[in-house]
Amino acid sequence: MVQEHTARFVADKQIPAAPPPRSESGAIAWLRTNLFSGVFNTILTLLGLYVIYLVMAGITPWLFLDSVWNASSLSNCREIDDGACLAVINERWLQFFFGFYPDHLRWRPSLTFALLFVSLYPVLFSSAPRKLLILSAAYPLIAYWLIWGGSIWGPVLVAAALGIGFLIVQYGSRALANVMDEGVAFLTSVGLAIIAAVLWWLFLVVPLDDLLTSIVNIGLEPVESARIGGFLLSLILGFTGIAGSLPIGICLALGRQSNLLIIKAFCTGFIEFIRGVPLITLLFVASVLLSYFLPPDTEFDLILRVIIMVTAFASAYMAEVIRGGLAALPRGQYEAADALGLDYWKSMRLIILPQALKISIPGIVNTFIGLFKDTTLVSIIGLLDPVGILNPIRADQNWNGIVWELYGFVALFYFIFCFSMSRYSMYLERKLETGHR
Amino acid sequence: MSVSADRPEEGFRFSQLIYDTRYRSYTIQIFALIVIMLAFAWLLNNAVVNLERLGKTFEFGFLWETASYDINQRLIDYDSTSTHGRAALVGILNTLLVAVLGCITATVVGVIAGVLRLSKNWLIARLMTVYIESFRNVPVLIWILIVVAAINETLPPPAAYRGEDGMSGYLWESVFLTNRGFYIPIPVFGEGSTVVVVGFLISCVAIWFFSRWARKRQDATGQILPVFRINLALFFLPALLLYFIAGMPITLEDPVLRGFNFQGGIFMRDSLIGLWLALSIYTGAFVAEIVRAGILSVSKGQTEAAFALGLRPNRTMNLVILPQALRVIVPPLISQYLNLTKNSSLAIAVGYMDATGTLGGITLNQTGREMETMLLLMSFYLVVSLSISAVMNAYNERVKLRER
Repeated sequence: MVQEHTARFVADKQIPAAPPPRSESGAIAWLRTNLFSGVFNTILTLLGLYVIYLVMAGITPWLFLDSVWNASSLSNCREIDDGACLAVINERWLQFFFGFYPDHLRWRPSLTFALLFVSLYPVLFSSAPRKLLILSAAYPLIAYWLIWGGSIWGPVLVAAALGIGFLIVQYGSRALANVMDEGVAFLTSVGLAIIAAVLWWLFLVVPLDDLLTSIVNIGLEPVESARIGGFLLSLILGFTGIAGSLPIGICLALGRQSNLLIIKAFCTGFIEFIRGVPLITLLFVASVLLSYFLPPDTEFDLILRVIIMVTAFASAYMAEVIRGGLAALPRGQYEAADALGLDYWKSMRLIILPQALKISIPGIVNTFIGLFKDTTLVSIIGLLDPVGILNPIRADQNWNGIVWELYGFVALFYFIFCFSMSRYSMYLERKLETGHR
Repeated sequence: MSVSADRPEEGFRFSQLIYDTRYRSYTIQIFALIVIMLAFAWLLNNAVVNLERLGKTFEFGFLWETASYDINQRLIDYDSTSTHGRAALVGILNTLLVAVLGCITATVVGVIAGVLRLSKNWLIARLMTVYIESFRNVPVLIWILIVVAAINETLPPPAAYRGEDGMSGYLWESVFLTNRGFYIPIPVFGEGSTVVVVGFLISCVAIWFFSRWARKRQDATGQILPVFRINLALFFLPALLLYFIAGMPITLEDPVLRGFNFQGGIFMRDSLIGLWLALSIYTGAFVAEIVRAGILSVSKGQTEAAFALGLRPNRTMNLVILPQALRVIVPPLISQYLNLTKNSSLAIAVGYMDATGTLGGITLNQTGREMETMLLLMSFYLVVSLSISAVMNAYNERVKLRER
């Protein structure tokens, strides 16, 4: 139905647009809406400004205007100016980075650190050339060899066990398939490979190492664990813990979700126990108790013991995070995997875990950050991580009584690492977002 | 795996242990059980052999031996002639003290920071972001050390309060902040104070009963009583009345500077204060994020719907927003409490004698009984954690969305 309009007035020219009122746009409007909308907000803003002023007035002259970079001792610092005595950082930064690592060998941890980024690159960014992944796989052994030094044959022989295991599975299953069923042959050969690898590690690595070293001595000057410290130590602990806890955490999470009663009970017990006690007690166990549970006269490096404990600790937390991801996945995904006729491992590998891990990325990264921060606790059992290294510095006659500069420096280091990790996780979340919104 | 019907029924074959999924799970489990038991047996055997070689036994008798060390922060009587068991108890109480104090302040700090981070005020929101990010990304151990150092470096020594021209304390000269710790007044329960305490407890019970009755009445009749105001009155008035009737039996004893140190009052060591503050603001940053996520999880439509029904803002908050937000907030909040309790074991770094410092520290070093002390220490933390998570599960069960 058409309705007729009878207009009394029709505009026949356009009225030019008037500028918006000054108070509705631009800087002033922004200030009004965001900072001074109402009495309460104005009070809050003024309070905030006052706090900023206090902090700035405290820090700026101290850290930037009056700071001293070159001095030989704290009293010398105070004579020059009354600001921050950053000379201590200037003098000791090598110790902060490497602990008491021998001076002439510092290129080795530096190289390890550089290689770390090269080997992390293909893991973190999918645009990287895939061949670099070979380096990533070999990185742990390279890093171990570079940092601790010693004969190259030890790490190589440890790695060789993996090759031997692979060969046994490859050829053993084929050979055994003639006498028994194919699946049984495969399982048996996997079992044999594991047994062979364990036997290899327990009995053959040491004599073979000695033998090969006596024939061809390729090696680096060995460095004792006690000399490794500073950021180097916290990075070693953090990265091995991270690399180790993810796969173990996945296994524990799957175990806890599994139908197999005994395995489920074991995984649950492990997770609850580890999560129930503070890390510091586990570190005490590593430092005073672990040797009781090993065969008599076993020499076991303290850093290695700590790495084991830290990894176990992070794994339990990781397992809970991943279990959350597994539980958050719609049931239909599990049913679809079963409907496709996939067996347990295939359905996990191809369908369940990729989605569950994606869901749990924020939690996983949070666990990583927590683990990295928790590496500071090793200072309590006497390792010289960045916090532990503060004590020898402050015990030094020259720097006795210095506080804020050192704590600030260490805090800044952790902040940079943890903050970039959390930003990376946000990037990853955005990248993997497949848009179920 | 289905068995086709026309297949002849066969007896059990050995290969079924691997191929038949029904039996395979048993095979795997029994195999796993054997491996796990072997591993445990190996570890225990090693422990027995090692202990024997060192001539050590496994017994808890040392708990009744005299601990000849001092603990400077304690809630119950203790001196160096007390037993190791009592020292452990003092430590456990110290752990619980700092955990409870920390949880309360962390919640307060976290809720305020979380709400302010969502504020429309740009500056305040940014400031809170800076606070949260800087505390979350730096290890708690460093914060503890920094806060304790701040107390030691910036506050005056007790001697600064001495004499006529010395500094004066805070709050009518009854609170003294020094670089050794804080001195605060202690309540002294004089004669007749039991009446006040009992009266107060009775009014607490009355509040509980009254709230229940009021809710039932509202369900039955629809009438709403001013429960909060009545409860507030019940909380304060009877106790205050009794206090004055009994002749003010509860007094505060102020700390007084005598000689080199303060006498009387409660002494909170620098390590306790530092640990408490550091744990609170560190955990507070995590709580803030939890609170923010909880508030954001309640969709705006809920508020609008409540307003459309004619509910006033405070009722909307209490009846619509909070119940839904709390369902999201409380479980992670409780695990933050758990984290705080476990982090309190870092007390050992600043010399606060908590359970780790007494049982896992000095007692361990003095008696050399690593196995027993660590076992006790871990069981203590396990009991605490398991009870906290039991509370959490009970809560989860209560507020769970009932669906399908």
